[in-house]
Amino acid sequence: MEGLKGIIRTLVTGSRAYKLWLTLLFALISVAIVLLYKQSDQGLIVTNMRDPVSWGWYIANFTFLVGVAAAAVVLVVPAYLYHHEGIKDIVLLGEIMAISAVSMCLIFVTIDMGSPERFWHLIPKIGIFNFPQSILAWDVFVLNLYLFLNLFLVTYGLYKMYTDKPYNKKLIWPLILFSIPAAISIHTVTAFIYVGLPSRPFWNAAILAPRFIASAFCSGPALMLILFQVIRKTTRFEVSDRALFKVGEIITYAMSLNLFFLISELYKEHYIETAHIASVEYLWSGLHGHNQLVPWIWTALAFNLTAFLLLLIPKTRMKLSTLNLACILIFAGVYIEKGMGLVFPGFIPSTLGEIYDYFPNALELWISLGVWAAGMLIFTVLAKIAIAIKTGELKAAGK
Amino acid sequence: MQEKKDKGKITRRKFLAGLAVCTSALALPIGGANASTWEEYFRQHFKRLDKDELDTILKNMEKELSEKYRKAVTVKATPPMENVVFGYALDLSRCIGCRRCVYACVKENNLSRTPQIHWINVLEFEKGNKKWQYLEHSNRYYNPEDVPQKGHFYVPVQCQQCKKPPCIKVCPVKATWQEPDGIVVVDYNWCIGCRFCMAACPYGARSFNWAKPYIPKEEFNPSMHYLGNRPQYKGVVGKCTFCIQRSREGRYTACVEACPVGARKFGNLLDPKSEIRYILEQLTVFRLKEGLDTNPKFFYFFSMGSPVKS
Repeated sequence: MEGLKGIIRTLVTGSRAYKLWLTLLFALISVAIVLLYKQSDQGLIVTNMRDPVSWGWYIANFTFLVGVAAAAVVLVVPAYLYHHEGIKDIVLLGEIMAISAVSMCLIFVTIDMGSPERFWHLIPKIGIFNFPQSILAWDVFVLNLYLFLNLFLVTYGLYKMYTDKPYNKKLIWPLILFSIPAAISIHTVTAFIYVGLPSRPFWNAAILAPRFIASAFCSGPALMLILFQVIRKTTRFEVSDRALFKVGEIITYAMSLNLFFLISELYKEHYIETAHIASVEYLWSGLHGHNQLVPWIWTALAFNLTAFLLLLIPKTRMKLSTLNLACILIFAGVYIEKGMGLVFPGFIPSTLGEIYDYFPNALELWISLGVWAAGMLIFTVLAKIAIAIKTGELKAAGK
Repeated sequence: MQEKKDKGKITRRKFLAGLAVCTSALALPIGGANASTWEEYFRQHFKRLDKDELDTILKNMEKELSEKYRKAVTVKATPPMENVVFGYALDLSRCIGCRRCVYACVKENNLSRTPQIHWINVLEFEKGNKKWQYLEHSNRYYNPEDVPQKGHFYVPVQCQQCKKPPCIKVCPVKATWQEPDGIVVVDYNWCIGCRFCMAACPYGARSFNWAKPYIPKEEFNPSMHYLGNRPQYKGVVGKCTFCIQRSREGRYTACVEACPVGARKFGNLLDPKSEIRYILEQLTVFRLKEGLDTNPKFFYFFSMGSPVKS
């Protein structure tokens, strides 16, 4: 009880900026709820999705965010396997980011469903969970597993810190180790959703899953780097430059792989072109005069290349201003690439050759923004509690 | 196996129903939910319903739809016939692209008029187009005064009733499956609307109800099958069932009957004397996207030489 009161006190006290931030998040969430009511009332017809492009902006965001969630592992590995002390301090925040990102993923999938009220059909025994045949069933499983794993690690760690008792290493160590393959698995399985569809040659490529992982290890840590600096500026929580630069180094490796996989992909499609190149053409150069995604994907490539150069040169990587620029470019670049760049062209041209130029409408954009706000809210709340406990502002009575 | 085992266990079913009541209190709008809404919400998968449950459901559905559409409605759940696997063949040299099949299908299967849902898509190609199998060279929205348009040929596409259907494998809740007579069906009360099957289908054969389907009362077809042409719901996927409500009663599908040039052939693949078997054995047939090995039971053929040459 005492602890709950403390948590509430921590959450309601804060600077003007903190309160303004919360107000903004609640406002965005409210807009999304109103629009979601409209969507559930009239059906998904209020979006721009139609039969030829049957997944759109929601699933694009879902796909991107799975990557962000998986990126917590980028901190876990150096912290626990290589005992990087600076990163050990921030790994908790990485796990909180994973929780927020997976939560957003689950919301995005739910709002994309035509009949979300039938969710109980997915519960094994009560409903029918088509496991292991449906790769979507796998995804539901690994995403929830990863969510609960991180929730447990965070609450357990914070509770021990709060009561100032030592961790039970025998309990925590295997779970931390397990979180590494779990993080890889959520992204692999999400990629396999697309890979497993020979009807869509654009997705039916072996390189897709590795490229997913590579780009995830760019975008997730990039977002982390920015968030860590915001936290360091606005709270008493300390994040060392050394830890930030280490993460920057990891992003560099990941981006080099991502670009290498991109070259492999483009070579395979272009060296001797076949009928299967239509979607690639639609994305990169336009197909039969339809070229709305072309400026986006080239922007994404330019962002990723610029960021890669900034990260490759030690001078710009080890300087916060240029490192931050690189992170922003990478986040935007991968968001375009893994979102609209991956999901939309898979459907264009459709299996019957129709070119439907899907682009999200205002409702989809506002609802998605609301989901992001919900994720940010989860992050803010959890991070605020975690920081208060870590800095000792919040601790059990008598300690 | 799973389904058979479940049929005997009434105690668990009751327990599950109780559990579902609790969870659904959160999910359903409180106001306006009457007894049948609840029944519908907790209804089990088609294959898990026993005979009594199914009979009650069909009876209630008949009553409800009769009142709504002011017609004597029958909803059956006719099982597959023994030793029957349905197959289809389409004569591309005869098809004139008139789309009578499309509209007969819409009417027969109670498909939504607004928004428009078609289970058959007719693709128009220019003759002489050597790359016609790159389907983006087709036009689905052709709209001339007369058909066939000079210098064009037409390829109608609907569910190919694959023997190895990718759509079934990907469904996370087994809301779609293949019946013993080869027809791939959807349980409209079990589909959660994730649309993974639509991404998996190589033939654009599945249609999503993006809004509440609208069917005009005067055109409502009252003779229905639970897995076929009963009205669908907002937020679920539907598809061609070879007119299961007709074919399982030994009748031709609506598209076969509507075709003015006799381009559409339908029958039992297991019957050596059937017309469909004659076509498969005597003529050269092909299937769409053979490279994907979906093994369709929908064949195309040219009875009078290739229209591409004419």
